[in-house]
Amino acid sequence: MRRRFVGMVSGLTVMLFCGSALAAGTIKIGGLFAVTGPASFLGDPGKKTFELLVKKANENGGINGMKLEAVIYDTGGDATKAVQLATKLIKDDKVSVILGPTTTGESMAVIPVAEREKIPMISCGAGVKITEPAKHCVFKTPANDHVAVEKILGYMAGKKQKTIALLTVTDGFGASGREQLKLLAKQKGFTILADEVYGPKDTDMTAQLTKIRSIKPDAIICWGTNPGPAVITRNVKQLGIKTPLYMSHGVASKEYIRLAGAAAAEGIILPTGKLAIYNFLSKSDPQAKLLKEYVQQYYEAYHEEASTFGGYAYDAFQLISNAIKTGGGTPEQIRTGIEHASKLVSVSGIFTMSPKDHNGLDLSAFEMVRITNGEWALAR
Amino acid sequence: MGKGRGESLLVETGYSMQFSQILQYLLSGLSIGAIYALIGVGFSIIYNATGIINFAQGEFVMLGGMLTLFFLEMLKFPLWLAIPCAIAASTAAGILFERLAIRPLRRPTPINLVILTIGGSILIRGLAMLVWGKDTHAIPSFSGDEPISIGGATILPQHLWILGVTLLMVSVNKFYFNRTISGKAMRACAYNRRAASLVGIDVRRMVMLSFAISSAMGAVAGIIVAPLTMVAYDVGGMLGLKGFCAAIVGGMSSGIPTVMGGLILGVLESMGAGLISSGYKDAIAFIVLLLLLFLRPQGLFGKPESERV
Repeated sequence: MRRRFVGMVSGLTVMLFCGSALAAGTIKIGGLFAVTGPASFLGDPGKKTFELLVKKANENGGINGMKLEAVIYDTGGDATKAVQLATKLIKDDKVSVILGPTTTGESMAVIPVAEREKIPMISCGAGVKITEPAKHCVFKTPANDHVAVEKILGYMAGKKQKTIALLTVTDGFGASGREQLKLLAKQKGFTILADEVYGPKDTDMTAQLTKIRSIKPDAIICWGTNPGPAVITRNVKQLGIKTPLYMSHGVASKEYIRLAGAAAAEGIILPTGKLAIYNFLSKSDPQAKLLKEYVQQYYEAYHEEASTFGGYAYDAFQLISNAIKTGGGTPEQIRTGIEHASKLVSVSGIFTMSPKDHNGLDLSAFEMVRITNGEWALAR
Repeated sequence: MGKGRGESLLVETGYSMQFSQILQYLLSGLSIGAIYALIGVGFSIIYNATGIINFAQGEFVMLGGMLTLFFLEMLKFPLWLAIPCAIAASTAAGILFERLAIRPLRRPTPINLVILTIGGSILIRGLAMLVWGKDTHAIPSFSGDEPISIGGATILPQHLWILGVTLLMVSVNKFYFNRTISGKAMRACAYNRRAASLVGIDVRRMVMLSFAISSAMGAVAGIIVAPLTMVAYDVGGMLGLKGFCAAIVGGMSSGIPTVMGGLILGVLESMGAGLISSGYKDAIAFIVLLLLLFLRPQGLFGKPESERV
């Protein structure tokens, strides 16, 4: 009897030791980034941020005593390659979770793989389709377009601006923005007077703007990424249009002000993530400290300015490490941990996930800013 | 619903608004069209001297802009010095392209040459991306950004530069081809290469010269348009295509017809975007091109089998 008891105890102890040995082991996190190719401006800062965070976490003794191991592949922005590499991460490298891919197209292609293998993935793609409807294992960190649209419309309502002219780019980003703008404007009682578009490579939009000028809307909303919006900003100045011009969060970088010129960009209003304006935030803002640290750490490591795009990878890493801290390191534990993230402060905003919401950001992710003397200033 | 209100506003404001609107479309179209014209003339000069459609033409437009930026920002040259340096460097690139890619070709069939120029354009674009990165860059305007008002429409001083420089380039071209020995020699090559070489014209030198002239013209177009449209490693493709359209409309002539072709294309685009739909802007221009190719393959102004230079 006694012997048996001793046996059991020693057996348990061994098991416990094994358990802690497992716990003190390593957790593999796969990273899929478009480091090269057309989306490299999105993927490269993401990869750098991920590497930086893994290094910092390991220097601080890992998470719950567990070391992290990053396995990173470059997808080149190619959906087919992304699927192959995701399969490789899961089957060969046996990762517990995948951070990435970078773009919406790649993410949509990788989703079936992650779902089938029950490996959680956190996409850095912006497309609404990635998490709507919510899938078991799929999360994403960039805020949905409709959050930015709502932010702009909310601001306009406060200014009693009721009629809108749209000027959107004919690519995925512009088409999604246009769709959301039309939908939400209708819901919120705005009238769309003009619905103009331009090509991503167009170099002169005075024709569209002349038409808009003759219609006299209360506001113009332009949805696109550089360089189109910069051309539009200059064209508006040239035509002497005084109507307030709103831009999307797609141009929330200093690059846009530089291209359009500070004089032409004066008075432009747009929603931006808080990273762009971290030094204007009040001390009491829950994100202020984290953003400042991120910018400093990133600059020290790479001598480059941290960007919103790197921030998406930061968010994903934050969600993963939080999940490991609270739950554990198996894929299912991490998945559940991410889904239960609540008021998790990060770069893009404050994440509160639920089984129905696998993005977890709300209107507080954006601030409305006005460009004043070539700088951002909070718009009131 | 929105449209209804827009229309009623138009009626209220009456004809003056309509007129200034159309004038604006016209002016915007003319200034963009002038760029297409310059690029188009570059296409036709090479075509006439060699029979090649040089699809790398757009890349020289990009080189003009990017090199100006390079001399301005990297070497800190003033604008008046950076521009000639950029033109010279682009011209050198054009000559190099002819020497290294076109001339060594053993069997210069048209299809080989066309593929070669496409390859060359990809190479030049790739090199530009590696050297200067993928970012879009802005170049300062030549004389300020203060809009000028003309009968209710507004243009920028840069638009006047574009129209002026295009006019100058076309006149110089005209003078060169009609009044100088080498210009006449180049025309002779266009009529009949063998006959030209029989009377002692160095045809290969003329081919090289045609590449030099057209790359210089492309660079000029790229430089004068860059302050308005900005410049990146990949701006050459679309501009090149539009320039090619201009040359087709002009029946591959290196004179006034191609210039008219460019202007017509620019105005059509601008009017199409303003009066019909901005979504079909490019489609309108390309439909005109297709119609023209079907109905008048010799160009809008040409007679069948007419002279080309």
